[in-house]
Amino acid sequence: MEIFGIWLAAFLTLSIYSFLYRDNPFYRFAEYLFIGISVGYYIVIYIHQGFIPFAWEPFWAAVKPFWPGIPREAGWIGLIKLIPIALGLLFFGGLSPRHTWLIRYPSAVLVGFGSGISIPLMLQTFIFEQTRGTVEPFAAINAGTLSPWGIIEAVLMLIGVACTLTYFFFSVEHRGPVKWLSKVGIAFLMIGFGAAFGNTVMGRVALLIQRVDFLLNDWIGMIIGWLGTIF
Amino acid sequence: MLDKLMNMDRRIVFILVALAVIIPTKLRVNLPISVSEPTQKLYDYIDNLEADSTIMIAFNYGPAGLPELHPMGRAVLKQCFDKDVRVIGVTLAPDAPTLANTLMEEIAQESGAVAGKDYVFLGYRPGGSLVMLGMGTSIASVFENDYNGTALAEIPIMENITNYDQISLLVDFASGNTTEGWINYANTQYNLQIASGVTGVIIAQMYPFLQTGQLVGLIAGIAGAAEYERLIDAPAKGMQWINIESFVHLLIVGLVILGNIAFFIRNRQEE
Repeated sequence: MEIFGIWLAAFLTLSIYSFLYRDNPFYRFAEYLFIGISVGYYIVIYIHQGFIPFAWEPFWAAVKPFWPGIPREAGWIGLIKLIPIALGLLFFGGLSPRHTWLIRYPSAVLVGFGSGISIPLMLQTFIFEQTRGTVEPFAAINAGTLSPWGIIEAVLMLIGVACTLTYFFFSVEHRGPVKWLSKVGIAFLMIGFGAAFGNTVMGRVALLIQRVDFLLNDWIGMIIGWLGTIF
Repeated sequence: MLDKLMNMDRRIVFILVALAVIIPTKLRVNLPISVSEPTQKLYDYIDNLEADSTIMIAFNYGPAGLPELHPMGRAVLKQCFDKDVRVIGVTLAPDAPTLANTLMEEIAQESGAVAGKDYVFLGYRPGGSLVMLGMGTSIASVFENDYNGTALAEIPIMENITNYDQISLLVDFASGNTTEGWINYANTQYNLQIASGVTGVIIAQMYPFLQTGQLVGLIAGIAGAAEYERLIDAPAKGMQWINIESFVHLLIVGLVILGNIAFFIRNRQEE
């Protein structure tokens, strides 16, 4: 079974890479197979990890006491579990143009809960903490505890933040000093994008290396070993 | 000549890249690896933990993130098991459970760690931020069983673990933006210490959190994995692949320089 798996993986890898030459049936077969398997896998996972434990089981637990022939152990209170399930079902209103308005109710609950939980935390995480991180080194400079390189870093960071924010400040026309500040901001943005692009290249090349490593060592290595046992 | 260079068939570049990967793979080149500060910080943090401390590892990646994140996951797990630090594995990615469980079992077997006592894998739960917030109150309210279906109450490692208060560190191996979620919902809300190992695509997004201390350490892509392997003195795929990667980077830099030279020469000729 393992040998079959290696051969299949090698065939599919080569089929996908064959697109680098030109589009072809092998590539399309591998692509459609990947999409089909992915969709099937995700549906099964979501049914088993999402629908059954969070919708079906609570639903069954709520209605079970009212099923004919089953003693009523739990009271009406168990039916409260049906409220979130019913709200979730309202999303299916989107399937019918006449009932699309039903989506507003679960959406309102989601947005309300999400905003209530996330907004204070996001302000703290992404605004207050980042502002502290930008200005805190200046307290260390004032206390004389920052190294010369640390001072350069702190000043550069403050310039970068101020200029980049200026670039995105559209309430003032970008003329005179504002224009120059925003140009410096663009330079910082480009450096940031360059770093992100370089890291992305590193990540993508790592994917290629892993596949080549598999083809050379696992697949061809297996074939060589197999030939070695014959001759 | 210039026109030929500017209109070069892209498939020639593909062949050059393939050669830049295949030749070093067979030659087994060993280039020096220096350890960056963010990787060192994570290593030191785990190294300074007392034996029997518990950390949580979130394996938030599927097969596409495997080449970069598996080597770093392997290295961090090995360091934890060698130091008798207990590990609770979780995932928020639906395609991660099998990968994560197999990796934990493999490293545990190599290090002699015992399932249920030294480590446990709780599996996947949908919900993202709700899972992160829920575990801050009670891990058992989110994960009633582990990946194999054993009730949490019956697992020795979970005996004294209720929520994040008993977890010394969370390491998120991520190919998406889950680290920002952990910082937002677990660090800011519950003061849980967070570290991260990420794919190359999102490294740049993580640096602001290092500077503020919201991340205690960062393993950045395959380069970070190689650095970590060097720190724990266990060379594996990370160190092997980063050597190959260096050759491809050299080729890409060369091609970029060549393309720019040709571009500027042609511009000058047109003027």
